Amino acid sequence: MATIQEEQEKVIGEFAVFEDWMDKYEYLIDLGKSMPEIDGSAKTEDNLIKGCQSRVWLDYRLENGRLFFSADSDAIITKGIISLLIRVYDGRTPAEILASDFSFIDRIGLKEHLSPTRANGLVSMMARIMTIAKENA
Amino acid sequence: MTAADDIRGRFPFLKNTVNGSRLSVYFDNAATSQKPDTVIDLADRMFRGLNANVHRAVHRLGAEVTDLYEAGREAAREFVNAVSREEIILTSGTTASINLLAYTFGERFINEGDVILLTEAEHHSNIVPWQMLALRKKARLMYLPVDERGVWRMDLLEGLMSSGRVRIVSAAHVSNVLGLVNPVGELVRTARKYGAYVHIDGAQGIVHSRVDVQALDCDFYSFSGHKVYAATGTGILYGKKGILEQLPPWMGGGDMVDTVTYGKTTYAPLPLKFEAGTQNVIGVATLAPALRFARSADTPEMEAYQRKIVEYMTEELHSVKGLRLYGDAPGKIPLFSFTVDGIHHSDIATLLDHFGFAVRSGLMCSEPLIGRFGQSGMVRASLLVYNTIEECSEFMAALRKAIRMLS
Repeated sequence: MATIQEEQEKVIGEFAVFEDWMDKYEYLIDLGKSMPEIDGSAKTEDNLIKGCQSRVWLDYRLENGRLFFSADSDAIITKGIISLLIRVYDGRTPAEILASDFSFIDRIGLKEHLSPTRANGLVSMMARIMTIAKENA
Repeated sequence: MTAADDIRGRFPFLKNTVNGSRLSVYFDNAATSQKPDTVIDLADRMFRGLNANVHRAVHRLGAEVTDLYEAGREAAREFVNAVSREEIILTSGTTASINLLAYTFGERFINEGDVILLTEAEHHSNIVPWQMLALRKKARLMYLPVDERGVWRMDLLEGLMSSGRVRIVSAAHVSNVLGLVNPVGELVRTARKYGAYVHIDGAQGIVHSRVDVQALDCDFYSFSGHKVYAATGTGILYGKKGILEQLPPWMGGGDMVDTVTYGKTTYAPLPLKFEAGTQNVIGVATLAPALRFARSADTPEMEAYQRKIVEYMTEELHSVKGLRLYGDAPGKIPLFSFTVDGIHHSDIATLLDHFGFAVRSGLMCSEPLIGRFGQSGMVRASLLVYNTIEECSEFMAALRKAIRMLS
């Protein structure tokens, strides 16, 4: 299995081929659409990350010292970005997660989605991934 | 050249965005307006050479700045046709105006069991201050319902007015979500019959309709300067002098006093009684050129053009499959909130941004109203005098593309 950093580099490489923003967003929209539906029972208040724009649900389980995430959003572009995060972070140990950062989102040209003022739940989702890793470290 | 082209020439912001810049069309005018050259020039001139505090200094610079500051107040007085400058309280914006009013009016007039009547189509700024007051004074809030289009249910007004001791009615002239000009005149007349005071939230109304507070006969009218071309951080609370005089001061500090001893204070007369501390001097001064511009753009030709835009956008939006337009009724200003079935508002707004259109999306500080329509957010395109039919046509093409990408 590739490390978090290797997986992030792979994502960056994949995004490098897009020539314009429309191709990139069409890809994100496809990712969002093809993401498996989260189990209805996981869409609890506890798992909800509220934003003014869109809502994000994040659930996790710990198995053999590794964290597995499932997430959902009511906005498809947000969901596409979430699927990238899950691809990178699923099945990692808390220590691996804590040693990483989310700068690859910036490097694939989605920096605007990282601004706390976008209030789209993504920033809070990343913070929660880190909190979960800390709590289970 | 059309009148709209003439007007566009007055806005440096629009010149910046013709070439090269990512943003080509500004459709978020209900949030704040762009500024005409005269506003920018005055602010620039004051920051460079006319900066001093007002009402305090003996020096000539202070006097000159005070004149410019008071000219801003006078422009606001004239714009809404208030009787005197004492009726124009300067604040930082509509929200501050309503908070000031809810606090001071509440202290003087609201008692346990009294009713404060709002409508279902209010901005949070015209809900939360009243909720805070209701909690403080054990008063009750009631809401005049709106119908499916967002139109006030005037048939229910008398029933509500007579169902309790309604002390004040506070309602939007134009809702920031629906863009409908509400029947505020009828509201005032009905409220009067029951001895209730009336406050009109004119944050949006001031932009798109002529306001004459004497003809309207409301007791209070709030608006923001920055939505009518003035600098941000400017707001007005109009109040009838006789009532304002009865209200206690809100914030204490400099400029709002008559004499101060260690034991007690007597207060300055209106309007300074409500203006504690150093004010947004340069911002207030920009009200004069801003409102002069607003008046100059208020011509029959521009009005006809705005009506054409409303007709065009309404028809075009209706032709988009699955699109729901809110506030779809006569008396609409060029403000269009909508949802598209099966597509999230933030996805639409994100793609529109990339296509070069600045629109608003989300709850628009109106969570109860948007919830009433069963939505978690909407997309809003709000236009002003410098927007054109050509921009509308480009917008519709971009919207259709965005919807195709998301379907």
